[in-house]
Amino acid sequence: MLGYVFRRIVTTIPVMAVVALLVFSLLYIAPGDPAAVIAGDQASPEQIAHIRASLGLDRPFLVRFVDWVWRILHGDLGTSIFTNLPVSHMIAQRIEPTLSLMVLTLLLSVVIAIPMGVMAAAKQGTWVDRVIMVLAVLGFSTPVFVIGYVLAYVFALQLNWLPVQGYTPLADGFWPFLQNLILPAFTLGGIYIALIARITRTSMLEVLSQDYVRTARAKGLGFGTVLFVHALKNAAVPITTVIGLGVALLIGGAVVTESVFAIPGLGRLTVDAILRRDYPVIQGVVLLFSFAYVLVNLIVDLLYTVFDPRIRY
Amino acid sequence: MGMNRRDFLTLAAGAGAIATLPAPAIAKESETRVLRFVPQANLPNLDPVWGTQYVVRNASLLVYDTLFGLSSNLEPKPQMCASYETSADGRVWTFRLRDGLYFHDKEPVRSVDVVASLKRWMARDAMGQVLKDRLDTLEVVNDKQFRVQLQKPFPKLLLALAKPMPNIAVVMPERIANSDPFKQVAEYIGSGPMRFRRDEWVPGSRAVFERFSDYVPREETGDWLAGGKRMELDRIEWQVIPDAATAAAALQSGEVDWWETPIADLVPLLRANGKLRVEIADNLGNVGILRFNHLYPPFNDVRVRRAVAMVVSQDDYMHAVVGSDDALWRPMPSIFTPGTPLYTEAGGEILKGPRHWEEAKKLLAEAGYNGEKIVMLVATDIGITKGQSDVTADLLKRLGMNVDYVATDWGTVGARRAKQDPPSAGGWHIFHTWLAGLDCTTPATNIALRANGRKAWFGWPSSELIQTLIGQWYDAPDLAAERWVAADLNKAAMDFLPYIPTGFFLAYQAWRNNVSGIVKAPFPVFWGVRKQ
Repeated sequence: MLGYVFRRIVTTIPVMAVVALLVFSLLYIAPGDPAAVIAGDQASPEQIAHIRASLGLDRPFLVRFVDWVWRILHGDLGTSIFTNLPVSHMIAQRIEPTLSLMVLTLLLSVVIAIPMGVMAAAKQGTWVDRVIMVLAVLGFSTPVFVIGYVLAYVFALQLNWLPVQGYTPLADGFWPFLQNLILPAFTLGGIYIALIARITRTSMLEVLSQDYVRTARAKGLGFGTVLFVHALKNAAVPITTVIGLGVALLIGGAVVTESVFAIPGLGRLTVDAILRRDYPVIQGVVLLFSFAYVLVNLIVDLLYTVFDPRIRY
Repeated sequence: MGMNRRDFLTLAAGAGAIATLPAPAIAKESETRVLRFVPQANLPNLDPVWGTQYVVRNASLLVYDTLFGLSSNLEPKPQMCASYETSADGRVWTFRLRDGLYFHDKEPVRSVDVVASLKRWMARDAMGQVLKDRLDTLEVVNDKQFRVQLQKPFPKLLLALAKPMPNIAVVMPERIANSDPFKQVAEYIGSGPMRFRRDEWVPGSRAVFERFSDYVPREETGDWLAGGKRMELDRIEWQVIPDAATAAAALQSGEVDWWETPIADLVPLLRANGKLRVEIADNLGNVGILRFNHLYPPFNDVRVRRAVAMVVSQDDYMHAVVGSDDALWRPMPSIFTPGTPLYTEAGGEILKGPRHWEEAKKLLAEAGYNGEKIVMLVATDIGITKGQSDVTADLLKRLGMNVDYVATDWGTVGARRAKQDPPSAGGWHIFHTWLAGLDCTTPATNIALRANGRKAWFGWPSSELIQTLIGQWYDAPDLAAERWVAADLNKAAMDFLPYIPTGFFLAYQAWRNNVSGIVKAPFPVFWGVRKQ
């Protein structure tokens, strides 16, 4: 197992190298010029050229790429063109809100979606199944921002239970922290709950038709024990895969959710950086997201062995 | 001693009850000293010489001080300066700094700081560059005095030092001001009424300003950037809320106190809330701009530009920008902001009255336009540019022109409009933007007016007459003389058409009823603002 983990970690190095090259190349060929944005409307072409040179943006592609990679290898993600702050500092400022939002969304989604999927499978064809599947379709088809606005209108503006926007760090208290994240987590979780519930239902239906389930029932085991102890564990592998792959969905959804709820996370940092062509920030954040995704896939692969002892690496 | 379930529930209920008790009066007192403000955009930095965005200027006005400040009647008044003397020939100006000026690092403000700051500013600002061209020496007399010696008189010197249009002539400590003007400063230290809490800054989300206890305001009543900047607040928190609907909800729920730029669509909703006030933010408003590329056909031919101007309907443009609220816009057949001293409609007939479609089509044919593609850059992520562009696209098509509508984001427009390549090789023919009305109050600050060819603003118009008239305005000794020049300049601009003004429009600002002292200005004025 340890050897497998080591091999997987080693294989991430070429993956990250390709990602780095792609990110850098795409930004190089993408239209836009941070020097023009910085210089503003009053600037003459000479002034823009002067700023471009001072930022090192007039150097050849290879020189800039090698310089960037060299600094990354030394743990330096560069400095934001606009704020003059280290990219690592900006990411560190933003990582807690995004991570908190994603973890809470993940927890809520799993806690809500798996029982929903199990119940839908157990009550296949009944009104329970239909209601759950209608909710799943709604979750899939309703845009994240619509869910966000509706939740904010009802729970923040009308009922005044929760704040409309913002983020409170965990260090300032658990309840203030949670207050700011409940609505965003439900907003972001909508599509994720729908996805997990549907996959759980499908996977459970397959497992529930197996002989050992019939045997368990014949032995007189309780309804809940059969479903949650015997069947669910065997249905867990595809569910785990979807939860892992869904992290990409969360990253995408976090961009919108963070904007709707004004959460100072990595999603908003990315959007702001793209709009301003703040290349070092874009490169740093995309590299981080890529690494996180590779890591999640590794964790998912390792979890397979927990749920299915037949799987060995 | 153990605790049973009943004890635990009793304790929990007690804790809940304590949490609902009224907060101590001292907490409420401190709450009224904190203002939460939603700015127009993210604050990317705090260097108003290096960065030209309005949001940088607005934050800088809190942190930095200027030698002179513009009052609401657009006159420069002493701010950091206690007094000044001018020689009889207008070539030597000696300024004296007022007492009690300190930087936020507790160091006193000296003339050497002022001289270094002005040198950095002159390298970047358009008016500063005119001053630099006329400058003989800029020297320190002593810690409190500095002298400007000019090769020829510069009647607009005080305006140049006072103008809040970017780049602004702020004063920084010498060690910071001596840095490359094309690189951002490393420290944000000013001598203004509020100091910047860099440790609490989260770019894109939050910027915090704290009252500078050593700031000594002037005796006079505060009036925009002139007079006493008396802070009634201890702390101002800028909260960046990019989504307009969220900002509106946050204002309604009391999470923020003042929203700088509510969008017109949400104004009826805000007005319906009895706890909010919604008013015009700035009577100087904004000016819509249709900009041509003067380097390449067909718009290098004035007849084609005139053909477009003859069919421009400012009514259509302004409705596309502000919607159906007619209180928010005005026609302006002028390059100057309506209601300001230099406003004139001289020569503006081409933008007034019935539109002349047939005449315009004839002029276009006469100019030899033959269906060539017109590359129009459209920033679809900004409503004002998108709305204007849609009207122009329709207008050009009706005129028989072949429009290539390049829909993209502002970041791309910003880069592509700087390209002087032919439109077929990555350049462009037309783009839209807008200028603050304040910027269009003088020929010096209206960047779209400059017509010095490839050195001019994007579009690079070339007109010796316009340049000569701008130079005459710089030398005009008084307002009467300025108005004469302005009339000639308007005629020249409406004839040559470096750009077409698409109309004058206003915007709203909104705040909660417990906030008072908010004034109409082209920038948020925080001094004098109270919260109850």
